[in-house]
Amino acid sequence: MSLYQGIFKRDMQVAFKQKAELVQPLMFLLMVVTLFPLGVSPSPDTLQRIGPGVIWIAAILSSLMAMERLFRDDFQDGALEQYMLSGMPLPAVSAVKVAAHWLVSFVPLLLLSPLLAMFLNLTVDMYIALVLTLILGTPLLSLIGAIAVGLTVGLQKGGVLLALLLIPVFIPLLIFATSAVDSAALQLPYHAQLAIIAAMLLLAAALSPFAIAYSLKVSQN
Amino acid sequence: MLEARELTCSKRDRTLFEGLSLVVEPGELLYLRGPNGAGKTSLLRILTGLSSPDSGAVLYNGMDISADKTGYYQDLFYLGHKSGTNGSLSALDNLSFWLAQHNVSVPVNTLFDVLEKVGLVGLEDVPVRYLSAGQQRRVALSRLWLKPAKVWILDEPFTALDVKGVHMLEKSMKEHVGRGGLIITTSHQHLSETAGEHRVFDLEYRF
Repeated sequence: MSLYQGIFKRDMQVAFKQKAELVQPLMFLLMVVTLFPLGVSPSPDTLQRIGPGVIWIAAILSSLMAMERLFRDDFQDGALEQYMLSGMPLPAVSAVKVAAHWLVSFVPLLLLSPLLAMFLNLTVDMYIALVLTLILGTPLLSLIGAIAVGLTVGLQKGGVLLALLLIPVFIPLLIFATSAVDSAALQLPYHAQLAIIAAMLLLAAALSPFAIAYSLKVSQN
Repeated sequence: MLEARELTCSKRDRTLFEGLSLVVEPGELLYLRGPNGAGKTSLLRILTGLSSPDSGAVLYNGMDISADKTGYYQDLFYLGHKSGTNGSLSALDNLSFWLAQHNVSVPVNTLFDVLEKVGLVGLEDVPVRYLSAGQQRRVALSRLWLKPAKVWILDEPFTALDVKGVHMLEKSMKEHVGRGGLIITTSHQHLSETAGEHRVFDLEYRF
């Protein structure tokens, strides 16, 4: 167990030594969200209507920027080879790495979300629904994203390919998440949408570590 | 004993080697030679199990390495072109993490002794990125003296090392072979007498 704590600690250490890479996706998110009032309309009603979608789309796009960091350095400097030769189960290693990555790239986003909600004039009910969808949905982004990162890590300029692979996969999540917030705006129950997102998350949590490990192995060939 | 049976490997429609078999006994140093692109690295990676051959098998003590990974990896030390050290962490952090990862417990004193041996005293807290290429290589190589591995697979271990570094490494290779260890290495420079007796295996470039 302490071995996995070691991986977790190391990934945190490395992440905090590369502060620029941590902050950039967040700044990007903030800027995309601020562009909408300027570009679409500053009217509070319009903003309230498009707000949940804007925040979720911005979160997905910024997550794509942060995603590459997950395995890129480890692949390039050979740390991944050493993981594979250490006899540790690769799915468990990948799961720990994804957890550390989620913590450093999405928890700041969750902390930033009240500010974004204020920008876009969301009501308190809408905001609660938004946070719930973000809490359930962003780990899903990390888990699924990591599979694609594993597949593209060996390619040069894999960034655009990563976006092309992942954006279609994230569409269902986007639909259910924004629909939950819309229901909250109309004072309707939104348990169903949350339950579907949670189901997707559980499925991903159970299966994706194996898929990530496999994709990393394929990239080594 | 490390044995390769009828290995075939092709990359991008070019067959690198076909039906390649070799046996390396404990106490033997195998020096793998061949021009660029002959498939030395590919062969070494297959021998470590990092990539899989198109056909054939690698056996360690009679067991297929894909069947008994843990046992093989306990005995294996592999150093590839990539050093496996993280540039933002210090040599000390990198090494202690690597040791934990490979389930080797070493007292801190030994760690410092090895760092002294490879000439990194006073640099153990500097992020590895700021060290020279040769010093980075030395950080990666210092693992050799920390993990009690029986099988060393070294891909171009002398790259970026200075004369003294090469001499030190060759001496350790001889000692390791003397202890009954097994080494497979590639290099574009000839192994000197310091490295002791070795068997040469030539890999030819195929079209």
